[in-house]
Amino acid sequence: MTPVSSKLYADDVSLLMVLIDTNPFFWNSAQSTLPFSKFLTHVLAFLNSILLLNQMNQVVVIAAGYNSCGYIFDSSDPQNQNKRAEDLLHKLEEFVDNDQELCREESVDGPGFSLLSGSLSMALCYIQRVFRTVPLHPQPRILCLHGSPDGPGQYVAIMNSIFSAQRSMVPIDSCVLGAQHSAFLQQASYITGGVYLKPQIFDGLFQYLSTVFATDLHSRCFLQLPKPAGVDFRASCFCHKNTIDMGYICSVCLSIFCKHQKKCSTCGSVFGQAQTQNSSTTPDRKMKMPVDG
Amino acid sequence: MSLKDAEMKYNREDEEDDDGDGRGVEAWERDYADERSWESLQEDESGLLRPIDNKTLYHAQYRRRLRTTTAARIQKGLIRYLYIVIDLSRAAGETDYKPSRMVVVARQVEAFIREFFDQNPLSQVALVTLKDGVANSLTGLGGSPESHIKALMGKLTSSGDASLQNGLDLVQSLLNQIPSYGHREVLILYSALSTCDPGEIMETIQKCKASKIRCSVIGLSAELYICKYLCQETGGSYYVALDEFHLKELIFEHAPPPPAIAEFAVANLIKMGFPQRAAEGVISICSCHKEAKVGGGYTCPRCKARVCELPTECQICGLTLVSSPHLARSYHHLFPITPFDDVTPSATNNPSKLPKICFGCQLSLLNPGNMPAPCVSCPKCEQFFCLDCDIYIHESLHNCPGCESFRHSKSVVA
Repeated sequence: MTPVSSKLYADDVSLLMVLIDTNPFFWNSAQSTLPFSKFLTHVLAFLNSILLLNQMNQVVVIAAGYNSCGYIFDSSDPQNQNKRAEDLLHKLEEFVDNDQELCREESVDGPGFSLLSGSLSMALCYIQRVFRTVPLHPQPRILCLHGSPDGPGQYVAIMNSIFSAQRSMVPIDSCVLGAQHSAFLQQASYITGGVYLKPQIFDGLFQYLSTVFATDLHSRCFLQLPKPAGVDFRASCFCHKNTIDMGYICSVCLSIFCKHQKKCSTCGSVFGQAQTQNSSTTPDRKMKMPVDG
Repeated sequence: MSLKDAEMKYNREDEEDDDGDGRGVEAWERDYADERSWESLQEDESGLLRPIDNKTLYHAQYRRRLRTTTAARIQKGLIRYLYIVIDLSRAAGETDYKPSRMVVVARQVEAFIREFFDQNPLSQVALVTLKDGVANSLTGLGGSPESHIKALMGKLTSSGDASLQNGLDLVQSLLNQIPSYGHREVLILYSALSTCDPGEIMETIQKCKASKIRCSVIGLSAELYICKYLCQETGGSYYVALDEFHLKELIFEHAPPPPAIAEFAVANLIKMGFPQRAAEGVISICSCHKEAKVGGGYTCPRCKARVCELPTECQICGLTLVSSPHLARSYHHLFPITPFDDVTPSATNNPSKLPKICFGCQLSLLNPGNMPAPCVSCPKCEQFFCLDCDIYIHESLHNCPGCESFRHSKSVVA
């Protein structure tokens, strides 16, 4: 941390955690119409403009790779003051090489998914450190620049991160660069009060970034930012992965089933007789009736 | 000479003051008596006084808590029906807690209710007060923190005696109506040193035991045998708070779901609905407030009634309405992350293996003078973390950033 007098921190000073998706399989696939190098020029210009908007603003970049996650850039680091872009690109190159070495799989079907949950967790740890060290701190927010499809195995970890961010009042903004919407990031932005955006034209990515994601949290209340489109909060059942309106929940482990089961396939509990909320109270009444009469 | 004169004059003035307020303690003495500043000091090996190192103490406390909660993969009672019984008898007006016991209790209960719903989104809470020898139901079982807090803050006056038996009788009759899969719990915040009962309290305790209600008591004054007996019989916990900070800690221990006891609640399948958010701009009458509202809200999938917030129970058809994030909020209780191991600088002889920065927050793990600071490491991914991150990861995040950041280590777990 640079020794700045904490008095200078006003409500428009931001700490921006940028999570960059560096999954090589996504960037090489047909799904991305935007080359990675072009994406980086947009992002670099955006990061510089954030740092120019307020001299106290701080930017931290975390890469979410295919095999690992890592810190790439921290604008508060005194070594990074002069050659920001070069340092960032140099670190990023190192990270991507490292990431490649860790790869154990020979071939991957489709673009695969990047480690969004890991990078989110790291960003939240960093934000907690900022909360701890200075009594008056910049307003933190997280921006996910994400393209890879959602990894189903990360569901619990990502939800945990989202709830932790919600508790610390950290909004998660998301800018989706892939072909499909990301259900994880839709929920993340909706729950934490961030902005979710899927740009239509990638050539104008810088314009999207600077008009939507550059404003600090205080100024946001004066702007008409993209409204969250319908977020689907329906659950999918564990047995057939169908999306359901109504279902049965195991009272022990909260697994979701679309039909009534005798035994929970997740935790192995054996269920009593079929009881819905309504009928659970009726047997008692029936029992009492003969006694009364 | 003049100094002595001044001192004598000062003393005389003080004596006059003393006669005035009659408490026999000087004003400056009262200051110290209230602050108890000596409690934040400890003696080191050479007999010198130094301030207690709060950070390591705090961390040690947290480790103890962690060990007790994540001992093994225990089934947790995730669907809880909790009655909070608050003693508002004469004793709650005592001012040994500042400004008074009941204000402190109300403040902690408010924080607790928010934390409780954060950790147990499918559970319900109700409030009962003990006052003038009778027990009053302040709010019914419900899932909205705001309504409970509002009701409690409006009723903060103390009078009369507390009756443990009346409180237990009321709670027991109310808890008998809840579905069998729910975990029945009572948390009593007891300020009084006696209980003024209309009948035999032992019978009431046995009745609570038979109804499988877990009763826990937090005392504010001194240990009472009857409270201890109640908690022993029903499987709850009994503690007496030392000060406000300790009280908060004791109350918050009840926020995470307790281990499920098989015979206490029957495993069951509960029918639940996952309503969709109603389209923006549609005007409809909500079934919870009976008011016409524009936009927002959710539609019950069974009877198509509109409700304002989730989770709730549909007012029309009685279906439990939740959203998938509510279920996901509880999953971390089912898949807890492993506690991290302490790394002692002396144990690792190889200095090059020692960590330099915390994996989570990039904080340097070296104290000034390049001495290694205390840190911990995850047994699975073998990354190092600072103590603050350790607490944050286990108490709030529930993810190990290290394990989540490496693909191969994750496939081993999965």
